[in-house]
Order: sequence, then structure tokens, then C-alpha cells
Amino acid sequence: MDKLFSFIADYTRYVLKGGKMFYAWMGILALLIFGMLYVFYLQNTEGLIVTGMTSQIHDGLYLANLVFLVGVAAGAVTIVFPAYVYHHEGMHKVTVLGEMLAISAVIMVMVFVFAHMGRPDRLWHMIPPWGVYSFSSMLGWDVLVLNGYLILNFVVGFWYLYSKYTGKPVNQKIFMPLVYLSILWALSIHTVTAFLIAVNAARPMWFHSMMPIRFITTAFAAGPALIILIFLVIRNTTKMWIEDSAIKLLTTIVIWCLGIAIFLTLSEIVIELYARTEHANSLYYLMFGLHGLTRLVPWFWSAMVLMVGAFILFLIPSVRNNMKRLPIPCAMAFVGIWIEKGMGLIVPGFIPSPIGEVTEYYPTLVEWLMTLGIWAFGFFVLTILLKGAIGILTGDVKLAAGKAGEAAGLAANPNTAASA
Amino acid sequence: MLSVSSLMGTAALMAKSDDVKATVEWAEHFQGNYRLMTDAEKTEARARLERRYSAQYSKKVTVDCTEAAPGVLMGYALNIKKCIGCRRCVHACTEENNQSRGERPGERIEWIQVLRMERGEFTKERMDQGYPEGLGIQVGGNAYTPAGAVLEGQYHYDPKAVPEKDANYMPIACMQCEKPPCVKVCPVRTTYREADGPVVIDYNWCIGCKMCMGACPYWARRFNLTTPVLPKEAMNPVTHYLGNRPRMRGVVEKCHWCLQRTRQGRYPACVEVCPVGARKFGNLLDPESEVSQVLARKNVFRLKAELNTFPKFFYFYD
Repeated sequence: MDKLFSFIADYTRYVLKGGKMFYAWMGILALLIFGMLYVFYLQNTEGLIVTGMTSQIHDGLYLANLVFLVGVAAGAVTIVFPAYVYHHEGMHKVTVLGEMLAISAVIMVMVFVFAHMGRPDRLWHMIPPWGVYSFSSMLGWDVLVLNGYLILNFVVGFWYLYSKYTGKPVNQKIFMPLVYLSILWALSIHTVTAFLIAVNAARPMWFHSMMPIRFITTAFAAGPALIILIFLVIRNTTKMWIEDSAIKLLTTIVIWCLGIAIFLTLSEIVIELYARTEHANSLYYLMFGLHGLTRLVPWFWSAMVLMVGAFILFLIPSVRNNMKRLPIPCAMAFVGIWIEKGMGLIVPGFIPSPIGEVTEYYPTLVEWLMTLGIWAFGFFVLTILLKGAIGILTGDVKLAAGKAGEAAGLAANPNTAASA
Repeated sequence: MLSVSSLMGTAALMAKSDDVKATVEWAEHFQGNYRLMTDAEKTEARARLERRYSAQYSKKVTVDCTEAAPGVLMGYALNIKKCIGCRRCVHACTEENNQSRGERPGERIEWIQVLRMERGEFTKERMDQGYPEGLGIQVGGNAYTPAGAVLEGQYHYDPKAVPEKDANYMPIACMQCEKPPCVKVCPVRTTYREADGPVVIDYNWCIGCKMCMGACPYWARRFNLTTPVLPKEAMNPVTHYLGNRPRMRGVVEKCHWCLQRTRQGRYPACVEVCPVGARKFGNLLDPESEVSQVLARKNVFRLKAELNTFPKFFYFYD
């Protein structure tokens, strides 16, 4: 128990200490978080009328971000899987960073749920024993799997960090099954999120069985794309070194998944527009506009340009293998998928409405502030988690020699000195 | 939970002494799902609501909790050939059921839409307009913003006289499905099918996740984007717990076939007000009821039957 307390104390002390850059970064994020708190207050006194949502288009930016971030959370498995199943050396050293990203992403998803709800004060209604849980509701399942994923990643991630801290290896017999479970669980969270959207026969644009695989591929492109960016930042700003082999494997995963995602999008376009039934109206609205309403058209085409452009750039070896150029296609893929899976999927599902009404959705300033604030909150949490994890991985934070008896050679990272 | 909530109710009452304020009592925040309440809890919840509403609207408001009667399955039939598009049903519904009627976009809620569909969609003059304009589209306003078009028919129209020569009308509202997709997706089971047919909502249990709105193929559900605007003098004090009692901000609402009337043997407001008798309502289990007679004799169809939602709202024509 003493060890656990000193872990918490050392971890907190390390995380709170930082340079000017660190405090400036956290300060900016904190400002955005305060903005979010203000608009959250507005939403829960005035009502969702302060957003651009209507009875016709009642899910917008919030659900879009929610869906996308579930994908980012699931994307962490692209580190965990190669590390533990394929025993990839470079990846194994940084697995815990992926788990930290998953934790932050799931937390962001949960805050977006709060933002999306009309009555967040009644959230307890879906939590037994006080509330009622419905097994027939996909949203119920989504909440279940997301919480499970959060707990799994928290346990696996922090157990690993704690063992590094104390120098006592984890109990593999319990640890490994949890890791395998978290891998399967990552697939489940995004599959269920796809079901959440796709089971609505009332919305023809969503009602197709391609949704889960499309969600998984876009997740496994956007997730590792963000992870690569984060890894490169870590390499350049901390003394933690992430091996090229890990980044290259992630790049390969992004390329494959992005390629499949583009293929699936093109398939959908061909099939829908060839027959061009009324059910294709939503897609038509998204791509070309419907009856003079074209608000989402630029979103769609920019997403296409970003995704296809990123894919082409990825295929060029001099871009892919150059750690200075690699961030460009990664950022493009990330933003492109954010649009395609968010605004480009959720909003057109409501246009036209089931009775054929074509209306448009305008996210208000409140929604943008809220979205920005929640992302800031996510990065706030992520920064703390990554900083702590890096401190432990590099050996900066470890149980004092007297307490541990014999501190294992955790800081024996050959690259540490080189990068510092 | 009961003891806790009653304690809190008592505490709230004591705090207010004699002066009954129109505030939401603490116990209301902690009451359970209506379907799972005991009879005692239901009585308590009802009394609490009556207190609040009466204070809020400065009149005696009753909240009925009449249960479904055995041997009753409500059904509805609408003669589309008779409808003249006067929209009296829309207004009667709004007044009867205490819908929000503010001026700001999003503050106006209507449960019935009478879709005005232009005649002559397939006439020769229209054939050269190309695809997909030949559908017979009207570009105009929608409920909230002026930029909008309804492909199938316009529902905010204001003619000098009805019926218009160049139009026919298709009223729609909640279809009270036997297999309602909205009920399936509700994560807290606050919306459900009552034993006598209608799909209802416990407004106090709704978390405002809006999943049901995404699942409804008939666009029957509305979201209270803000606290409903309901003038005191216009408020209908005869209410039902699962029916027309005033709603709060952030919850979903919809047509419930005027439970406050139909459970007392009366017609829904829309049926009563229809000047041409296009709307028929009754017990599907009673072969002598109007609606059963219609189903037995007329040409009947359901909307979007291919979705297997099995509406209890039927359309017919002579």
C-alpha cells in the first residue's frame, strides 16, 4: 500500500512539474475548457436551442465528434495488437502510450455524450440499480462497451506503469488475458457505435451493413495517424525515444486502412448513385446538394481531397520514410476522416427528413466552443497521462532505491541519453 | 428509493411551508420510471405534479393516471379523399396537448403535419423540367429556418380557402406502431407501447438522447429545444401523466392519441374537430367500432408498410 501511495505522489509531482512551454500549453487548454463549461451552462439553462440542432436535424457536431473519437479510442489497438500478439519490439516499449490515448479519447467521448443530451442531469436513469438498463438499445450497449474499454485500458495501462515504477514485473497470467480482452474490446466499441447509427431503417443513408467495417477501417487509419503525430512530438520534445520501426509499422497500418476506407466510400457512391433511388438523396445532398441547398458539399469534397491526397502522399517512399514529411499526410488523413465520419455522415443522414423535408444544419458558436473545449479537455488529460507515462518509461519516476530494495534497470533505454 | 424520495418531498414541502411555489420539487428529480413505480409512488408523483402545474399555470390542473382498460386496442383511420387541408386538426391538437407555441425558431411544436401535395405532378408541362425536378417540389419555409424544401409535400401553407384546386392533402402524425422502432432504441425505456395501443413517453424519465427521433420513420417525434412556451390562459388543465401534461426542456414528445380524452371514452381532439369527418377513431377489438368497420370495408393502406412497423394508423379511401 505504501508503494501505491508513493506511486501516486511521485506521479503527481512529476506531472505537475514542467517548463514554460508546458504551462503555456496547459493554460491555453484550460482557457478553452472554461469556455466549454460556460456553453455547457448555457445549454442546460436555455436548452439546446442555443445550438443549431432542430427537430429535423437533431444530431450534429456533438454526435459527429463522438463517433469519430470512439474510432480514435479503438485505434489505440493498432499499437497494442502488434506489441502483444506479434511481439513487435519497438511497439512494445510504447504500448502504454497508446493505452493513455485510448483513455483520453474515451473520456472525450463521454463528455460529448453530456453535451449531446437534452437532460444530462438524468444520466443516472440508464445506470442500474438506480436507473433502467435496456438491452434492446444500441446506445445502452455503447455506454456499456465504452465504460468497459475505459476500465480495461486504465487497469492495463496503469498496472504496467506501476510495475515499471516498482520494478516488480506484472503477473502475466492475469495481465495478458486482460490485454487480449482489451484488443477484442476495441473492436467492439467501434462496431457497436456503427450499429448505433446503422440500425435505423428510417435513415436510408445509414441503413447498410457496410457501416461497421467502414468504421473500423477509418478508425484504424485516423487513430494511428494521430498516434504517429503524437509520437513525433514526443520524440522531439522529451527525452523519450520512439523507434523508427514502430512509426513505420503504424504508417503501414494507416496506408492499408485508409486505402480500404477510400475503396468503401467509392463503392457506396457507385452503388447509391447508379440506382439513384430516393434513398440516395442524402448522399446526393452531401456530394452535390439537393434543391439548391449545398452547405455540406465543400465538407465532402475537402474530405475526399484530404483522404485521397494523403493516400497518394503515403505511397511516395520519400514522404513516408521521412520523419519531417510524414506528419503532412498523417494530419491530412486525420482531418479528412474527421469530416467524412462526422459532419459528412451524421448530418446528411437527416437530410431529407423521413417525410422528405430538406433543411440545413448550421453549427452555432456555442457548438464550436463546446467542441473546441472538449477537445482541449481531451488533450489536457492526454498531456498529463503521456507525461506521467513517459516519466516512468524513461526512469525519471521510480520507486526510491531504499523502498524498492533493488530497482530494476528500467532506465536502461539506450536512446535516452542520445535524445536528451 | 421510495423512502428517500418521500423524505425529500417532505423536506421540500417543509422548506416551502404554506407557500406552494412553482418550482420543481427535489423528489421529482429522483422519481423512478413510471412503469416501475408502485401505486403509492404513482399517487405521490401525481400529487407532486398537480401541485407544481397548478402553481405554475395559476389554475387547478389535474394529472390523470388512468390505466389502459382491458379489451381495448385503439386504432385510427383517415380518409385521404375527404381531407380538405384546413389544418384544424393541427391547431386543435396543439391547444389540447399543451405544445410549445413560442415565436422563436424551435419553440413551436406541432404533432400533426398536413402535407400539401401539388396536383399535376405528371402533367405534360412538367415533363420537360428534367430529373429530379419532376417530383413536384415546392421550395419554401420549414419549421425553423426559411431555407428549406419539402420533397413530398409542404406542411406550412396558408391558403385563402380550402380545399385548393391544385392540391391534395396527406395528414400524418405518430402512427402508434405495433413494432415501434423508437421504443427499441430507447436506452432508458421511457417510451413504450401501452397495453391499449398508443406509444407513450414518461417525460420525467426521458434523458433527451434523441435516439428515438433518429429511429422514427414518420418524423413523429419532437424535441423540446427549450422550456416550452405555454401561456397560462391557453394551458389545458385536464391532463394525463403519459399524455398532454406540460413537458420540460430537453425531452422528447409526440402524439399519444389524446390519452386524457380517449381513456375517458372521448375522441381525440383531431377527430372531434375535423369538419369533414375524415378522421375515424375507435377500438380495433370491437367489430362494431367505426374504425373496425372501415378496416373491414374500405381500401386501406399503411404508410411505409415495408418497414414492418405495423402502424395502427390506417389510411383509406372510398
